[in-house]
Amino acid sequence: MTASTYEAVIGLEVHAELLTRSKMFCGCPVVDSTQAEPNTAVCEICTGMPGTLPVINQRAVEYALRVALALRCQVAETSVFARKNYFYPDLPKGYQISQYELPLAQQGWLSIDVGSGEQRVRVRRVHLEEDTGKLFHREGYSLVDYNRSGVPLLEIVSEPDMHSVEEVKAYATALRSLLRYLEVNSGDMEKGVIRFEANVSVRPSGSETLGTRTEIKNLNSFRALVRSIAFEIERQSRLLDAGKTVVQETLGWDEVRGVTLSQRSKEEAHDYRYFPEPDLPPLHVSAEWAERVRAELPELPDARRARFRERYRLTPYVASILTAERAIADFYEDALAAAPQVSPEKTANWISGELFALLNQAALDIDACRVTPRALGELVSMVESGEISAASGKAVLAEIFQAGGRPQDVVRARGLAQLNDPQEIERLVERVLQENPQQVQQYLDGKETVSQWLFGQVMRAARGRANPRVIREVLERALRSMEENPPTA
Amino acid sequence: MALTLEEVRHIARLARLRLTPEEEQRYTEQLSAILDYAARLQQVDTSQIPPTATVLPLRAPLRPDEPRPCPPRERLLANAAQQQAGMFRVPPVLDQEP
Repeated sequence: MTASTYEAVIGLEVHAELLTRSKMFCGCPVVDSTQAEPNTAVCEICTGMPGTLPVINQRAVEYALRVALALRCQVAETSVFARKNYFYPDLPKGYQISQYELPLAQQGWLSIDVGSGEQRVRVRRVHLEEDTGKLFHREGYSLVDYNRSGVPLLEIVSEPDMHSVEEVKAYATALRSLLRYLEVNSGDMEKGVIRFEANVSVRPSGSETLGTRTEIKNLNSFRALVRSIAFEIERQSRLLDAGKTVVQETLGWDEVRGVTLSQRSKEEAHDYRYFPEPDLPPLHVSAEWAERVRAELPELPDARRARFRERYRLTPYVASILTAERAIADFYEDALAAAPQVSPEKTANWISGELFALLNQAALDIDACRVTPRALGELVSMVESGEISAASGKAVLAEIFQAGGRPQDVVRARGLAQLNDPQEIERLVERVLQENPQQVQQYLDGKETVSQWLFGQVMRAARGRANPRVIREVLERALRSMEENPPTA
Repeated sequence: MALTLEEVRHIARLARLRLTPEEEQRYTEQLSAILDYAARLQQVDTSQIPPTATVLPLRAPLRPDEPRPCPPRERLLANAAQQQAGMFRVPPVLDQEP
C-alpha cells in the first residue's frame, strides 16, 4: 500500500569484465577465476610488487570503446587513469587503478522496453579499471587468490532514470545482451563477470526533489538485483510513512534472509582520495580510432529488434526474444535464408516455441545446438507445404536435436511423409465407415459429435500420418452422401 | 589553510597509520604548513588553462593483448608473511574493515 504513494528513483552501476586474453596492465592471461588453480595467472604487477609499472592493454581500450559507442556516448580524446585508494586484502597495491575526473566516455543512453514502448535510460559515464582479487574467508583468517586481480573491468554508470524493478531488470538485461552482441563479455553471471550496484531513493509521487539514497553493493545476479531493490523501496517507503528519515548509507544484500543490511564499516572507505595515476600518462584515443571502432560495430539489439518487427512482421515480444542473443538472431536469419518461401512468422514460432523448449530441457545454448539453421528452415518448409504433419515435424525436430542430420533423411527413414492423396484417404474413410456401422447410425440419427470420433479412427488407420484437413474433407463428404442416400439396413 | 586535529586523525586512519598524540600534533602543524605552501599556487590564474594531469607531452603507450607466461607461484608467494594452499594468508576480513 505504501509503495504506490512513493516514486522510486534508481540508478545502476554495472561492472563488466572484458574478454581480453591478457590483463589490463600486465601480460598475465585472463583465466576463469572460478576454475583456475589459485595464483597461477599472476605476476609482480598484478600482485602489486614494489617497483612494477602498469602498461595499458590496447584491446581493453578497444572493447571499452565498442561499449561506449554502442551506448552512443561521447568518447574523450584524452582520458586519465586515477588511483582509488583503500585498503583491503583483495587489492594488493592499496589502490585500484580506475578513472575518475576524466573518464573514457560520457553521456550516452540505452533503450529499454518494459511493454509500454521504448524508453531511454541515460548513461552518465563509461570507464576502465582493474578487477580485484578474490577472498576466501576461513575461521580466524582469510585467503587471497589474485588470478582475477588486474582483469580489465568496465564500469557503466547510469543516471537515476529508472523508477521500478521492471525497468531495472530491463536495463540490466539489455546491457548484458549488448555486451554479448559486442563480444566483449560472456554474460556468464554465475562466474561473476557482470556485477551490479544500485542507488535507490524514494520520494512522494509527483515530487521533483530527490530523496536520500542508499547504495546496495555487490549484487551478482538479476535475482539479487531485483529483490534487493524491491526490498529497499519498500523499506524506505515505510520509514517515510512512519515519519522517519532515510539514512544515506552503504548496504549489503543478504540473499538468504532477503534483506538489505547496513555496512557502516564501508562508509569511511568512501573517502578514496583519488588522484591522477602517476605511472600512466593520459590515454589518447584518436578520432580515427574511435571512428574505426564505430564502423565495425555489429547491428545492435535494439536496431535488430526494430528490423525484425518491420521486415518479418514479428510481434514485439517475439522480436525481442529472437534478438536477445546475437547467436539466436543469426540462427533465425540463417534459417530464413535456407527456406525463403516460408513465412518468417512460422519460422520464428518454431524457434521460439519448439526449439527453445528443447534447448531449455537440455540446458543448452543455441551455439551447442545440433539442429542447424538450414535443417530448421527445411523442416518448417516441409510442414508448411504439407509434406509432413505438424506433429511429425515436432518428432523430426526432437530427433535431429539429439542426433543432428537433415529432416528429409529422418522423414524418409521413419516413413513420416504425410499422406495427402485424397484417393488413399477415401479408401481409409470407407473402411472405417464400414467397420463401424453402429457409430455411423448414431451420426445419422443426429449425434453429430460422433464425426469427431470417426475422424480419430481414420487418423489411427493412417497411423497418424494423414493430412487432417484432407481427412476432414473426405469424411464430411462421405457422411453427407450417406445422409442423402441412407444405407439400407 | 590549517588542518584540524580531527582531519589528521581521519587521514591517518585511512592510511592505516597509528600516531602518538605528539605525532598527531606535529603532523597537524607540518601538513598545514605544506598545504599553505601549496596554496600559493592557487593564486595563479588558471581559468584559461585546461586541467592538466601531467606536464609531460606524453600519451600512454599501449601494449598488444598477448598473454605472457607467469612467474612460478612459489616466487610470488615467497614474500608473503603467511601462505596456505597456494594463496596469501591474511588476517580475517569479513565485510567489516579493521
